[in-house]
Amino acid sequence: MNFSVTEPSVRTKWFAGITVVLYGLITIIPLLWIIATGFKTSEDAISYPPKVVFKPTLEGYVNLFTTRTRVNQDELEDLPPPETWYEQLVRDRGQVIASPSRYGERFLNSLIIGFGSTALCMVLGTAAAYAFSRFRLPLKDDLLFFILSTRMMPPIAVAIPIFLMFKNLGLSDTHLGMIMLYTAVNLSLSVWLLKGFIDEIPVEYEEAALIDGYTRFQAFYKVVLPQAATGIASTAIFCLIFAWNEYAFAVLLTSGNAQTAPPFIPTIIGVGGKDWPAVAAGATLFLVPVMVFTVLLRKHLLRGITFGAVRK
Amino acid sequence: MSNPDSSETTARTTPGNFKSAVTGLSDRAIAWIFVAPTIFLLLAVNIFPLIWTIVLSFTNYRVNRPNRDVEWVGLKNYQRILTDNGTWETMQATAHFLIWTIVLQVLIGFALAYLINKKFKGNDLWTTIIVLPMMLSPAVVGTFWTFLYQPQIGLFNYLVTFFTGADPASFSMIGDKHLAPWSIIIADTWMWTPFVMLICLAGLRSIPDSIYEAAECDRASRWRQFWTITFPLVLPFLMLAVLFRGIENFKMFDLVVQLTGGGPGNTTTLTSIDLKREAFEKWRTGQSSAYAVVLFVTVFGLASIYVKALNKVKDR
Repeated sequence: MNFSVTEPSVRTKWFAGITVVLYGLITIIPLLWIIATGFKTSEDAISYPPKVVFKPTLEGYVNLFTTRTRVNQDELEDLPPPETWYEQLVRDRGQVIASPSRYGERFLNSLIIGFGSTALCMVLGTAAAYAFSRFRLPLKDDLLFFILSTRMMPPIAVAIPIFLMFKNLGLSDTHLGMIMLYTAVNLSLSVWLLKGFIDEIPVEYEEAALIDGYTRFQAFYKVVLPQAATGIASTAIFCLIFAWNEYAFAVLLTSGNAQTAPPFIPTIIGVGGKDWPAVAAGATLFLVPVMVFTVLLRKHLLRGITFGAVRK
Repeated sequence: MSNPDSSETTARTTPGNFKSAVTGLSDRAIAWIFVAPTIFLLLAVNIFPLIWTIVLSFTNYRVNRPNRDVEWVGLKNYQRILTDNGTWETMQATAHFLIWTIVLQVLIGFALAYLINKKFKGNDLWTTIIVLPMMLSPAVVGTFWTFLYQPQIGLFNYLVTFFTGADPASFSMIGDKHLAPWSIIIADTWMWTPFVMLICLAGLRSIPDSIYEAAECDRASRWRQFWTITFPLVLPFLMLAVLFRGIENFKMFDLVVQLTGGGPGNTTTLTSIDLKREAFEKWRTGQSSAYAVVLFVTVFGLASIYVKALNKVKDR
């Protein structure tokens, strides 16, 4: 028995629970479906009615990481026996592996550009956020608003001059160019979020440190940084996710060398038609790390996506 | 101290300002050293390109013809953009997309937040599950939604068939010009409703129980409590969510490009997609720069008006 007037009744709770769970299923089914499709054969993937129970195979993943050519039966028999399980898998399909695909490279590019820009963004962002939080700067509010407003621009709108600028500076299709670009895109987020986190650290700690003979710099990295560690970590994960997910700049400014995974995944095709299991496998490998981070971040999620406007 | 301003700044945060004399750097100098790289990078990657866009918008420059003489054409590019029927079609498609995604996401997002706030067992777990889609890469989400939307074999079509009895091969969400605008609205709603939900949930949780207890003492009905307490107090949060969704969906590119590519016809050609075609397929650099400026002014203008309204609601 509860006596609080604000505690919902048991019936209300059941109704709320069932409705939310139903919506949760709508959310999760497409995701589970895509993960499952990655483990299907191409026939199972496009069967009607859709197959919920199927025999799992790694074909999609093998196809994702290789390019293959079709060979006829006679040629297949002339080949030496397959050395590895994945060669066997491909041969069963009447194909041979021609070369590794570019997915590995693209994934690596995503990692390099994602982590590179996040690291740079955190260094610049933490310093700027500290200054905005602790010092009186002329035009502070205007500067902060300016930083935020850079986020309102449609990426395509600035892509034209950035495209020209990169071409002149030799930065087109390079990791360095993309790292700088993503750093600039994420700076608004990191400055705003980190300022919020640093604002919450009582200024008395630094004052005590300064009296004890620390310099400003020492107070900053020995007192403020450790205190802000959680905030910095979650901000970093947000920056990493945004850089990881970015598509518009990547598709316009990179082609071969520095292309990341998001523009690449939609272009995966198999031998003869769209290879849905391979696309699903590529999407799964790309999305699952983000899902894990989302679960880890759930306490700070709201703050991150609203640029620190809503704190909880 | 040589610098009176700096000592004034320091006095606020530190008891004595002899420290800066020892390190040789005033707080003001440190502040600028800390802020400068950020401002510099933003100027280089955002403001400089913006100014360049504005300059280009008055010329007939084309990236694919770098040797042609660049001429000033005045406002001709703007005139062409604003009088072009295609632009207005695009604006209509964008408005349709914007309005419906916001309406659906606000209704569903608020309802979910309201229900989750009833604190049933396991609400944390389900909140986390519901939140998953919004952190994913929109381009990849678009790619796999095309798979779900495949006629005949797609899961979405199958489920619609299962519940309505329609022929699964009889409709194609992304191939039909009446359904395609809805296909992008559904995918976007799936992806972003949790965003609105999370913000509303924060709003709901910020309302102290004591207000409801007081209302209960006054014998206010549940309905009345909702409209006089819950709704007004959550409204600023809801408006903030709408602001974020509005700006994001006005810029919408990746999800829709992967889902429909703007087709069939121009039914799902949102402004960013149209702009991309002008700039990177037709290579009309000058004209597309004018287009970009128009879009930026639009989003900035609408956002400023909206923020004023938001602040009014907050102060009330």
